[in-house]
Amino acid sequence: MDIFLFILFASIAVFCAVNVVVQTHPITSALSLVGVMGALAVLYLLLGAEFIAAAQIVVYAGAIMVLFVFVIMLLNAGGEAKSAGRSQMVRWLGIPLFTIFIGLLSYIVQRSVPAGPGVSFGQFTGGTPRDVGRLLFTQYLLPFEATSVLVLIAILGAVVLARKEIE
Amino acid sequence: MNFFLLSLLKAAVVAGALLFTLAYLQWVERKVIAHIQIRMGPSRVGPHGLLQPVADIIKLLTKEDLIPPYVNKFFYMFAPFLAITLALTSIAVIPFGPEIEIFGVRTRMQLADLNIGVLFILGISSVGVYGIVLAGWSSNNKYALLGGLRSSAQMISYELPMALAIVAPLLLANTLSLGELVEKQGGAFLGVVPRWHVFQMPFPQVVSLIVFLIAGFAETNRIPFDLPEAENELVAGFHTEYSSMKFASFFMAEYANMITICSMATVLFLGGWQPLWPAALGSSYVPSLLFAGAAAVMIYHGLHPARPKDRYTLPAAGVVFLLIAGVFLLPPLRPFLIPVFWFASKTGFLLFVFIWVRGTLPRFRYDQLMRFAWGFLFPVAMLNLLATALVVALVSR
Repeated sequence: MDIFLFILFASIAVFCAVNVVVQTHPITSALSLVGVMGALAVLYLLLGAEFIAAAQIVVYAGAIMVLFVFVIMLLNAGGEAKSAGRSQMVRWLGIPLFTIFIGLLSYIVQRSVPAGPGVSFGQFTGGTPRDVGRLLFTQYLLPFEATSVLVLIAILGAVVLARKEIE
Repeated sequence: MNFFLLSLLKAAVVAGALLFTLAYLQWVERKVIAHIQIRMGPSRVGPHGLLQPVADIIKLLTKEDLIPPYVNKFFYMFAPFLAITLALTSIAVIPFGPEIEIFGVRTRMQLADLNIGVLFILGISSVGVYGIVLAGWSSNNKYALLGGLRSSAQMISYELPMALAIVAPLLLANTLSLGELVEKQGGAFLGVVPRWHVFQMPFPQVVSLIVFLIAGFAETNRIPFDLPEAENELVAGFHTEYSSMKFASFFMAEYANMITICSMATVLFLGGWQPLWPAALGSSYVPSLLFAGAAAVMIYHGLHPARPKDRYTLPAAGVVFLLIAGVFLLPPLRPFLIPVFWFASKTGFLLFVFIWVRGTLPRFRYDQLMRFAWGFLFPVAMLNLLATALVVALVSR
């Protein structure tokens, strides 16, 4: 069951991720990204990290991507025209070179990461909101607070930049 | 019993009840609004217009499903589907009653008791914006687009005070599972006042409840926050270009969201299926008494009829109500019917408040709406949360 769900949602994630790049219309790309987020949330659930799954949906799919879509709609960005002048070299060598690049990359990653016990589904139990909260406010308190101050500074910066000039 | 079979059975019961409530909620709304405005409301189809929902469904199903030539076809079809699916999903985690035993099978009166139930509902409602946004954008119509934009801005703004209002009772209960939330609200202070979150310290949580309900009005695009479909500015807002069942999907999604918000408020603040006062003081006889009282009134008016036909219809309805009162007294059904009665009556009251507000308040202006969310509701919810957190931290030490 776990494996079946993993394969299903992993392929949805990959399909949507490819779709983000392939689509020419910004709205379609943005919605494909929402699909990626949703599929990733299910993968987190399979790993037993419920809180992260819920946060993924609420924060990324629900809040951030809605803002993206909102901005795209406000700007009324149209579909991108396909680039006409593509050189012969790109047409013939593009896909083989890309395949070689991905192969090399995966080889290097596989070599440099030590072989450990694989991730197993449903085994991990530290993903409930209670566990995450306890860790955040005890062991990782300093990084947590530092991140929130950083985010606050970013918000202040955005407000200052977006504010109208006062004469 | 087989887990899958049991889940299927429960899902069928819940879905049936939900769709029935959806259809009749709309009838109730039309009747209540009509009486507020001193009109009759639907009265032609069946007695008191009781068959009006059936007529509406037939009408909507048989209307021509028009797809304008200038729309973005895929997203135009996808948007109502998304809206209705997400709106109907959230009912899965709402608990209607405690764990019960029927025919030797123990089960919760809830489809799924997730330990992240509250977050699940928040997630579903935040993703639900896409249905409306996409409908507005894909229609290729300036009114629809404006409606969609307004709606997304409004829902994002009101999600914040709503989430903050939800956190306060969560701090008191120390859990995210909706079933556990209700169980922790059992019992009573001084033996009389129920231990619901509205009545709990610091200064009873009425503030969170009110903030939650106000944000709920905005999240469901209801008057006084129905800017996305303000008909005198935007025709019909985001669903201007929709007809037939696609229009009905948006309509049903709005009502389903209303039911979700009201049941969430019941579970979070009003103690879910817990009775208004302890069962030791006779609260479990309330449904029987209410129905018997209604039956007595009907039979009395049947014996002193104002119109000739009342001589037959009112006593017949009275006998039916007496039978219902009797059903609530049957020992094998009681542990299951009485919690459902309390849950349904609280949710029903909140739904009535939604309709009541629609009949009472005018619509906000758009800048007022945004100023209200960020300038008033958000700070109030924040202060309330801080006060609650402080008290919880001091008491739990």
